[in-house]
Amino acid sequence: MKIAVCIKQVPDTTDVKIDPKTNTLVREGVASITNPFDEYAVEEALLIKEKHGGEIHVISMGPPQAIEVLKNALAVGADKVYLVSDRAFAGADTLATAYTLSRTIQTIGDVDLVICGKQAIDGDTAQVGPGIATRLGIPQLTYVSKVKEIDFAKKRIVVERLLENGREIVESSLPALMTVVKDINEPRLPSLLGIKKAAKAQIPTLTAKDVGADENHIGLKGSPTWVMRVFSPEARGGSGEILKGELTEVVPLLVNKLMDTKFIK
Amino acid sequence: MARLLIDKDACTGCESCISACPFGALSMKEGIAAVDEKCTFCGACVDVCPVSAITLEKEEKAVTIDITAYKDVWIFIEHELGKIGSVSFELLGEGRKLADAIGCKLCGMLFGDKEAVDKFVKEAIAYGAEKVYVMESPVLKQYRTDSYAKAAVDLIRKYKPEIVLYGATTQGRDFAGTVATTIEAGLTADCTGLDIDPETKFLKQTRPAFGGNIMATILDYPNYRPQMSTVRPKVFAMPQRDDSRKGEIIRETLQMTEDQVRTKVLEFIKGTETVNLADAEIIVSGGRGVGGPEGFKPVRELAEVLGAAVGSSRAAVDSGWIPYEHQVGQTGRTVRPKIYIACGISGAIQHQAGMKTSDIIVAINKDPEAPIFKIAAFGIVGDLFTVVPMLTQEFKKRLGR
Ligand SMILES: Cc1cc2nc3c(=O)[nH]c(=O)nc-3n(C[C@H](O)[C@H](O)[C@H](O)COP(=O)(O)OP(=O)(O)OC[C@H]3O[C@@H](n4cnc5c(N)ncnc54)[C@H](O)[C@@H]3O)c2cc1C
Ligand SMILES: Nc1ncnc2c1ncn2[C@@H]1O[C@H](COP(=O)(O)O)[C@@H](O)[C@H]1O
Repeated sequence: MKIAVCIKQVPDTTDVKIDPKTNTLVREGVASITNPFDEYAVEEALLIKEKHGGEIHVISMGPPQAIEVLKNALAVGADKVYLVSDRAFAGADTLATAYTLSRTIQTIGDVDLVICGKQAIDGDTAQVGPGIATRLGIPQLTYVSKVKEIDFAKKRIVVERLLENGREIVESSLPALMTVVKDINEPRLPSLLGIKKAAKAQIPTLTAKDVGADENHIGLKGSPTWVMRVFSPEARGGSGEILKGELTEVVPLLVNKLMDTKFIK
Repeated sequence: MARLLIDKDACTGCESCISACPFGALSMKEGIAAVDEKCTFCGACVDVCPVSAITLEKEEKAVTIDITAYKDVWIFIEHELGKIGSVSFELLGEGRKLADAIGCKLCGMLFGDKEAVDKFVKEAIAYGAEKVYVMESPVLKQYRTDSYAKAAVDLIRKYKPEIVLYGATTQGRDFAGTVATTIEAGLTADCTGLDIDPETKFLKQTRPAFGGNIMATILDYPNYRPQMSTVRPKVFAMPQRDDSRKGEIIRETLQMTEDQVRTKVLEFIKGTETVNLADAEIIVSGGRGVGGPEGFKPVRELAEVLGAAVGSSRAAVDSGWIPYEHQVGQTGRTVRPKIYIACGISGAIQHQAGMKTSDIIVAINKDPEAPIFKIAAFGIVGDLFTVVPMLTQEFKKRLGR
């Protein structure tokens, strides 16, 4: 049994701020982290392995410094990790990224289950998971909040999906791809031994050629969309009337103003 | 391969490009800008360089298509539990504007069993669809990725729409990704703004990125069609319903049988939808300022007098004071009430992302510098534990409750 997990290195967006003077992104001191949703993906793979055995292969596509997130995955217990990195991948949108990751999974071969995060917090697209599943020609189970049953021998999985109006219990054949939400588990911390082992590990890098990627489908060339402009969100100009004075006056005043709108019935 | 070229002679080392780069790919090397592998060729730096020292070299695309073959704006009409998702109506409203700007037709795309189709086709037309492309089959009764994606892919391949819009709901986001990959078209996720470029007539798709800290406008290269987006619910207004409208219905047959669908829905457990934030006309929200689970008591009391729903910031949810269903913002619900009353919420950009299109925003906060006051129509600077109960009393008096 092989489980492939896709993880992405992202800037910690809690730290990404706009400089109010220059209206640009302040990047100094912004840490790079494993996409939080992908930590749930790795943890779920570990939980499945503990119960059913198997091998966990973790993949990250990105610049050379993305080996950091792969080291973290090794430290918590991943069996094999791969950095997918090539200048030719630069500028990839979700279509090209999903293609490249699917090629990598095919290169690993015989994968029974692919796990992705629900979305990456830098782009919040949630498109790469479905994209990989489609390229691999396997069913997808998105927004999974619980793996209820999994039977690698019978090639069957039952999961719970978290939707807007409730929870859906779905059965699927294997191999399949699932994307996981925050509810699914509590990611573990690496052990000291794990950290030591990971620090020493040699991490293999796969290039476009290594994964047999067609150059027309990768990087900027394989991407239908392009970012035309980035800008900071405009602050909505409220009329900004701060009611001043004693509360015994301003509270009735605010109530008057709101009653005038006729929205309160 | 694309390249970002920096003219070493022209560069003055002013560093404007460095802060403009959303990906941190630029740095100074010996007083001159240098680019590294984090570059995604977005071109943000090209525009800010005061001396035009940066140029972007993009390669011609391998695929070429005849874009004149692609016509009309299509809206995916989503439904669940016997109701059309309100985002589909919002998209029909916004789609009308796009179709007018291009000079083409506005169409719906609807899948379901006979009962659903009969009911919803009329509604789609009443909300503005001039044509509705329909696939009717028992296999389409319930949403499943395989059958819905098959239906959409076949219709899109045959009729070649120029633009296809889906709601950025779990359903829309689940299968739009499959459709886009299958037909190898672009897909822009979770858009909050749509525009037609007056010259090229191409679709400009605007969306938040980096947790709402920046906005990006995205275009599709002209050699990929259709242009597709998922659009966040509640950003666009509901259009007027008009039952006298007439529309054309085009029917196609689904080329898929039940046994070809690889997933099976065993059960659906309905959520406890007591928190109807999406449809609420008035929302009273509490943030970290309420200080604890009991702190929501005055917030709830005010909501009750006003017949309002209770919302919250993520800080309050993460602290475990109130369940996630109440969260408003980037990673919670997007809401668009007539009145939004924020109590003890600072108004972080991610919170604003979910509520700033509210008609009237009221802020109650003890810090006069809190960003929420900048977007509020009315604000009171003060302790919420004093102000909110006073408001409740005053409304009770006025409303005779
Ligand atoms: C990727 C990402 C996604 C996010 N998504 C969301 C999201 O969906 N929704 C969301 O809300 N946040 C989201 N956030 C978090 C957001 O950045 C803020 O941290 C959060 O909104 C802050 O919540 P708050 O305003 O309640 O708390 P704070 O920022 O701590 O503000 C509390 C406010 O209460 C005031 N206050 C304190 N005591 C009182 C009192 N007694 N009376 C009156 N006022 C008082 C204070 O002056 C302060 O302004 C996200 C962040 C990231 C990075
Ligand atoms: N560059 C990448 N490398 C590895 N996995 C990725 C990459 N980009 C996206 N993913 C996976 O796809 C999921 C969804 O990402 P996104 O569609 O970008 O929101 C993530 O949670 C990851 O599991």
